[in-house]
Amino acid sequence: MTSSTVVAFDASAPWQLNEQVSLRDESFGALAYHHGTRRLVFLKSRELVAVVRQLSDFDSADAAILALVPEGQRARYSTALTSLVRSEILCER
Amino acid sequence: MSAESSLRNRFERGLAAPICLTWELTYACNLACTHCLSSSGRRDPNELSTSEAKALIDEIAAMQIFYVNIGGGEPMIRRDFFELIEHAVNQHVGVKFSTNGTRIDEAAARRLAAIDYLDIQISIDGVDAATSNRIRGAGSYDSARRAMDNLKAADFGQFKISVVMTRESIEQLDEFEKLAAHYGAELRLTRLRPSGRGVDVWQELHPTLEQNRRLYKWLLARPNVLTGDSFFHLSALGEALSGLNLCGAGRVVCLIDPVGEVYACPFVIHEEFRAGNVRGSGFRDVWQNSELFQSLREPGNAGACASCGSYDACRGGCMAAKFFTGLEMSDPDPECVFGHGERALTAKKVLLRPTPSPDHSRQVPVTISAR
Repeated sequence: MTSSTVVAFDASAPWQLNEQVSLRDESFGALAYHHGTRRLVFLKSRELVAVVRQLSDFDSADAAILALVPEGQRARYSTALTSLVRSEILCER
Repeated sequence: MSAESSLRNRFERGLAAPICLTWELTYACNLACTHCLSSSGRRDPNELSTSEAKALIDEIAAMQIFYVNIGGGEPMIRRDFFELIEHAVNQHVGVKFSTNGTRIDEAAARRLAAIDYLDIQISIDGVDAATSNRIRGAGSYDSARRAMDNLKAADFGQFKISVVMTRESIEQLDEFEKLAAHYGAELRLTRLRPSGRGVDVWQELHPTLEQNRRLYKWLLARPNVLTGDSFFHLSALGEALSGLNLCGAGRVVCLIDPVGEVYACPFVIHEEFRAGNVRGSGFRDVWQNSELFQSLREPGNAGACASCGSYDACRGGCMAAKFFTGLEMSDPDPECVFGHGERALTAKKVLLRPTPSPDHSRQVPVTISAR
């Protein structure tokens, strides 16, 4: 049942929210549901939700983080996005 | 870990919409399982019509509830069953439905296999006919296996085999795992609750303390076995089992019954836990504004468990299990792994067990014919 293709997260590449994923805003952040894998993932801050929603406006994930996330928190966002790539919530454009 | 526990605190205060919505389509059932949570049997004349059911699906889609767990009764008995699930999946509301499998013949299996966003859970309560039929009735095991064979032949893909953990079935864990592997299916184990007709068999069939400890270890080693967060009361034994590990009633979970009544969870079909009806101001209003759900989202009172070092792990256990065994909400879970629940039950001088309401059980015994 493990996914056959494990996509690595290249922060210099352009990313977007997977078309098969629905986001529902919640007070703590958002719920993301992947209709294909049927997995539910929790986005644990509203700032992360904003980054995820706006990823497709930037040429790379790095550029999105640079523009949207205060210095000092950027490493944490990189980790969060890596895990969202692993769960196929995000995909390359 | 601290991120997880703060997330859990947020969940306890409730969400904009449920994560896990169970919708029982009908009280009609062709079986009469002894542990039925909803005391099903006879159809209720007041059940939601096709157009009411479709309007509810539209509201579920608008609330961005990503999938709905459909049950009953036996949901496939409804004539509009396929019409309703197709209406849901067409709007990207995934459907997971529980069935006894009697209606999944070859043609139905092919039709189900053609629908996207569909999960099926087939219930058996023993890995052999004798064990399972003692709970589910004569012929039920063979029908369920035939349904699994038909789904496999129709290339449905991965379905789920759903088993309630009783004193008997819990001794067959390894065999269930083999059966699931045989079908390429996922195994789903849930807790026996003293709800519905289950109140009559719980005393005799709920697992012993020793069996629960074994189950905990077995599940801990198999995070891929699904449990619907059933066994969070066992997390008091140590490392948390996978899942949210909280009572989601009215917070992340609720139940809509066949006549549109909204209850806090699938295990508390009782007036005391009824929040409203979707026929009034709609489901969203009940979910967001009912007094009952508001109160369930208040910070919990640890009650008798306040001095126990494991309260943070088990949160005092299952509300329904306490309620229907006659315990107070402030008491420990009747199956508390440290035996506090059993002692609380023994200590009650008078045990007033609530009568489950409503009851749609049939008055005559049923036998099902092979088809």
